[in-house]
Amino acid sequence: MPAGPAGWLGTGREIGMGRTTGAIGGGMGSGSGRFSGWRILKEGLTGNRGWRPHFRNPAPKPEYDVLIIGGGGHGLATAFYLAQEHGLTNVAVLEKGYLGGGNVGRNTTIVRANYGLPGNSEFYSHSLKLWEGMERELNFNTMMSQRGVLNLYHSDGQRDAFARRGNAMRNQGDDAELLDRAAVRRLVPYLDFDNARFPVHGGLLHRRGGTARHDAVAWGYARGADHRGVDLIQNCTVTGIDIVQGRVTGVQTTRGAIRAKKVGIVVAGRSSEVAAMAGMRLPIESHVLQAFVTEGLKPVIDHVVTFGMSHFYISQSDKGGLVFGGDLDFYASYAARGNLPMVEHVMEAGMTLMPMIGKARVLRSWGGIMDMSPDGSPIIDRTGVDGLYLNCGWCYGGFKAVPGSGFSFAHLVATDRPHAPAARFRLDRFATGRGLMDEEGTGAQHNLH
Amino acid sequence: MRLTCPLCGARDRREFTYQGDAIMLTRPSNDDPTAFSDWLHLRDNPAGRTRDLWYHEAGCCAWLVVERDTVTHAVHSVALVEGEDAD
Ligand SMILES: Cc1cc2nc3c(=O)[nH]c(=O)nc-3n(C[C@H](O)[C@H](O)[C@H](O)COP(=O)(O)OP(=O)(O)OC[C@H]3O[C@@H](n4cnc5c(N)ncnc54)[C@H](O)[C@@H]3O)c2cc1C
Ligand SMILES: [Zn+2]
Repeated sequence: MPAGPAGWLGTGREIGMGRTTGAIGGGMGSGSGRFSGWRILKEGLTGNRGWRPHFRNPAPKPEYDVLIIGGGGHGLATAFYLAQEHGLTNVAVLEKGYLGGGNVGRNTTIVRANYGLPGNSEFYSHSLKLWEGMERELNFNTMMSQRGVLNLYHSDGQRDAFARRGNAMRNQGDDAELLDRAAVRRLVPYLDFDNARFPVHGGLLHRRGGTARHDAVAWGYARGADHRGVDLIQNCTVTGIDIVQGRVTGVQTTRGAIRAKKVGIVVAGRSSEVAAMAGMRLPIESHVLQAFVTEGLKPVIDHVVTFGMSHFYISQSDKGGLVFGGDLDFYASYAARGNLPMVEHVMEAGMTLMPMIGKARVLRSWGGIMDMSPDGSPIIDRTGVDGLYLNCGWCYGGFKAVPGSGFSFAHLVATDRPHAPAARFRLDRFATGRGLMDEEGTGAQHNLH
Repeated sequence: MRLTCPLCGARDRREFTYQGDAIMLTRPSNDDPTAFSDWLHLRDNPAGRTRDLWYHEAGCCAWLVVERDTVTHAVHSVALVEGEDAD
């Protein structure tokens, strides 16, 4: 469930490493076994003994057409779409740990298309449409739940800003409704509407937004890629990128050298480290973002709710845990764990907004390494090296981008041309100043987002 | 996390505001736009030892260079930026 690393270690490893588990199953390894109601019924009646691992655990071959470095959501989705949309199946994903053990298994699973600036707007719109078709496309239950994302506003200025954002969303073809206080009260009566400091004046409701099961998204794309012939190679750390006369020729890994015509870097918080192997310095700083989950409760929070005046957002997982988070700890970190001041701040903000959650007990908290870009928007682009492509800068919002990013990055890698919805995610925008996408309007320099 | 300000002593992390990489102290000339843009945007972003700038906002208001580890969060040293301009 949206619970992060602790819940992950067991199931992730077991399924990934090809041991049989009683968990969600596919057919006999690669290529077999569709999920269906009939199959669930049959397995249920026969002791669930027919389930098999979803994907193989192959050793690397000496050469591939395309190597994807990083087996997170974006890397796995890229591999899937390379095979599905471009017929490229001589592809390997190289993952240093186990599939989905990075941020894709650590986030708070919010999916939305409520961006306001050209560039982000069309990209996240495309991504949300892919989310809406994902379960059918992958034949996998990713528990996509369009429960609605409600952004609260607490001042006249904020209402105006939300009205503008809502219009931008509708112009893009997505949905947005500006709610007044009474309408918000009908939807979420449990808020402290009259708290003296930040009274709730209304909200912007994005009904098609919601949550999905993060682990399932990684597994679903992994299974889909594997079934189409992609090798998913775990416990394989890339340690070097081979470049001959300005062209990438392969990579060095802890499991030996692997040759390739094209290489994609999709390693989120580790982007600077891997890009340095190709002699590049990136406009990225890695920061830690924390999240929290409580014990399971009966259904109480039906939407994703965000507090407009402080750093707090919350939803309830299908298992019942309240899943919530706040802002970055605000200093460069690769620790994948945060500090207590931000824990306290998030709890305070939660109590200010909805005192009713005060009795819920927090089960655990964790952190992930965020690839922060100067303007808070991502990069999907070629690099100065032929055949080497870069996908990074997702900051704290790259889960919702998983399908769109995979689709657009696969297009770029396969065709050498940018995919229209992601065409503005250029690496050179910081140097030229053209096309900066600073959604928050705080400036396009480090540590402002 | 606590930082030991050379002027104020050991203080809670919340007294400090983070600015980022200490590379901001060595501003290149404006004549070379590429060098300037690289300085402003590109980062080594090391997993390990790093030097960054912190502002003792709720204390003495001094700018500090902190040497610390981004993986362990260990703080190695804290020094005053002194005469150098940290904008
Ligand atoms: C607490 C938290 C909450 C979040 N909440 C949300 C949210 O609600 N909504 C949202 O949209 N986004 C959210 N995010 C952001 C989102 O999780 C990330 O932006 C996104 O998952 C990053 O892409 P990824 O899945 O590919 O990254 P990852 O899963 O981190 O994948 C990168 C992979 O690269 C591998 N790797 C690194 N170096 C190497 C190497 N040298 N060789 C081989 N492999 C390597 C890593 O092991 C890792 O598995 C949140 C993040 C965190 C931490
Ligand atoms: Zn001081």
